[in-house]
Amino acid sequence: MMGAVFASVLVILLAVAPASQATSPAPTPSPSATSSPFSISGFLRNAGAPLADVKISATGQGFEGSATSAANGSWSISVPQSGTYEIELDEGTLPEGIKLADGQENPRQLTFGQTSNQTTIFAFGEGIVIQQGNFAQDLTNRLVAGLSFGLLLALASVGLSLIFGTTGLTNFAHGEMVTLGAVLVFVLNAVGAPFWLAIVVALVGGGLVGFAQDTWLWKPLRRRGTALVPMMIVSIGLALAARYVIQFYFGGATEQLPGAQSAEIQLGPISISPNNLWSLIISAIVILIVGLVLMKTRLGKATRAVADNPALAAASGIDVDGVIRIVWVVGGVLASLGGILWAYYRPGVSFNMGSQILLLIFAGVTLGGLGTVFGALVGSVVVGVFTELTTVFGVPADLKYVIPLGVMIIVLLIRPQGILGRRERVG
Amino acid sequence: MDFAAILSNAIGELISPTTAAYALAALGLAVHFGYSGLLNFGQAGFMAVGAYGFAVSTLTFNAPFFVALLIAVVAAALFALILGIPTLRLRADYLAIVTIAAAEIVRYLVTTNGWTAVTGSANGLAAFEGGFFEMNPFPPGSYPLGMNNRDFFIRIVGWALVIVAGILVWLLMRSPWGRVLKGIREDENAVRSLGKNVYAYKMQALIIGGVLGALAGMIFTLPRGAIQPANYGTELTFFLWTCLLLGGMATVLGPVIGAMMFWVVLSLTQGVLSGLIESGTITWLTTIQAGQLRFILVGVALMLLMIFRPQGVFGNKKELAFA
Repeated sequence: MMGAVFASVLVILLAVAPASQATSPAPTPSPSATSSPFSISGFLRNAGAPLADVKISATGQGFEGSATSAANGSWSISVPQSGTYEIELDEGTLPEGIKLADGQENPRQLTFGQTSNQTTIFAFGEGIVIQQGNFAQDLTNRLVAGLSFGLLLALASVGLSLIFGTTGLTNFAHGEMVTLGAVLVFVLNAVGAPFWLAIVVALVGGGLVGFAQDTWLWKPLRRRGTALVPMMIVSIGLALAARYVIQFYFGGATEQLPGAQSAEIQLGPISISPNNLWSLIISAIVILIVGLVLMKTRLGKATRAVADNPALAAASGIDVDGVIRIVWVVGGVLASLGGILWAYYRPGVSFNMGSQILLLIFAGVTLGGLGTVFGALVGSVVVGVFTELTTVFGVPADLKYVIPLGVMIIVLLIRPQGILGRRERVG
Repeated sequence: MDFAAILSNAIGELISPTTAAYALAALGLAVHFGYSGLLNFGQAGFMAVGAYGFAVSTLTFNAPFFVALLIAVVAAALFALILGIPTLRLRADYLAIVTIAAAEIVRYLVTTNGWTAVTGSANGLAAFEGGFFEMNPFPPGSYPLGMNNRDFFIRIVGWALVIVAGILVWLLMRSPWGRVLKGIREDENAVRSLGKNVYAYKMQALIIGGVLGALAGMIFTLPRGAIQPANYGTELTFFLWTCLLLGGMATVLGPVIGAMMFWVVLSLTQGVLSGLIESGTITWLTTIQAGQLRFILVGVALMLLMIFRPQGVFGNKKELAFA
């Protein structure tokens, strides 16, 4: 709460700042300065070799600032607010014999979209012609980004949906399990653990939290015969407590995981950042595995039986509590993985990153049909793609989460059981 | 540690306009959930609609106070209608998800940069309270507990509103209309088989509770003289639920006392914790962390309440919306 208030005060102060900066000479931020939430950055590379000590300046919104590229070619200018800026690369500071590629605009206009960080790439060398972005290209790029976002949402919502299907619980604390994964990776990495170990521990940690929650909270409540609505409210209490516990230890700041910033690469007609590409591949594979386990193994069959009718499943010899325990562990691991990928997608780790997408996860689950696992997958992908496509069709970037939520409400109006849901589940 | 100051702060919270606003909004939730069984997780959205409805009509359309008030109330009723049409026929958890989503949509819409001229985007709006304080009958001077005439006026109005709303809800719920509503809470199908239009009754309950939320939004913003969209997040709704469940959900006094307890306990823990930190007794906490610790306690309290005393302090276990 305090952190949020402080952050909003800071944002307001920063938004007011440019008026005062217009008269005085602007400060020159170093490449790594990120005092403002908005920044323009990029990499300068000539045929793969980084270009250091090249001066780049940004002008606009009453602000003027410049930066020089670091040894690895990276540069970043933090700007006080969103808007349009003119970026100019000082060609006099380029190393001997290196020129901007033909057709490279310099200076060029850059307008902030939905993110607080804008990248612009200057291409070097003769004879290289960079394609200008057009609508179709923008559309495919956003589609792929949306697919990547949707699949990472699906990781969290498949877990949520499995839990809902087997226990009936609408788990509001799922967002905090998402946060936990990213926070664990950040903390372990910060204390010097290797990256792969941090990931493994975060995934195991997510599973353990799921296990612990079920063993010490939800199973006793089920034993007591607590109804679903009180359990839902208990999960809200848990979400509040967990969110502030994470803030208590982690603080209100946004931190970055290693390798969070990367230049986009070209894959045929699509330009995508390597992180998004990896995220897409990893979540697609994991979801495929979950789907195969659900459809092909005894455990999957048991899970579907419990989701369908717990009493009947118990009568036919299925260990219902055991299945639910496994579902919680899997849900925890999937949420944790989703959190790590979400930290790369945003990019950034913060205490409320999970609660930010909790509603999108709900929207995905509800769109697909509450309690149907493949519905959750389809619904999440729809939500992810909608979220990313909105900006292509001219919706203001700060409203991009509104569209999927609105779509969810409209779908409930027309087809209450969701895209893949069965009619009898509702009403 | 200055116990006198901590205590007087806590007593100040007892009658503060924010507490009155929470009490009013929680009373709206009692109508929704306690009496009708509707899971509204978007009360913060109703408060935002009320606050922005009032402030925008005052600032953009120069509406006089009572017209602005009326616009805010009508806006909240419309919001309830829009929410209710798709969801009231569905299962309770769908209403929960739709209301929480709708409240967030409202928050995003008033935060977007596109409408800065009307909503002030993330900075919010200010200086719309003039019309209200012009009606202040109390002369300037000092009033009990170190209040000035503005503080005194808003408290009188806020708590008068809470009392009137409380009496109104109490009368409504012992009327035949209220009995049908409680019947819907207990068994919707039984009431439907008696020939009652369950959908219409639920919609009416949703509108009444939502209007109470909108009034609460106004009481919440008037003393501050400013609206900030960040105040209307999902946390606000969850705090209101804590107030409601603390007091007892199917009672009139419950939400009011619940809101008082919520704020007094928050104020006491903040006072004691920061006192201990300043005197150096506690070294493992910073003042910011103390603030977070309080909200961890809110979350834990909500869980424990739900598990061990779901009827709240004043509630009757037979009147639980979920048996």
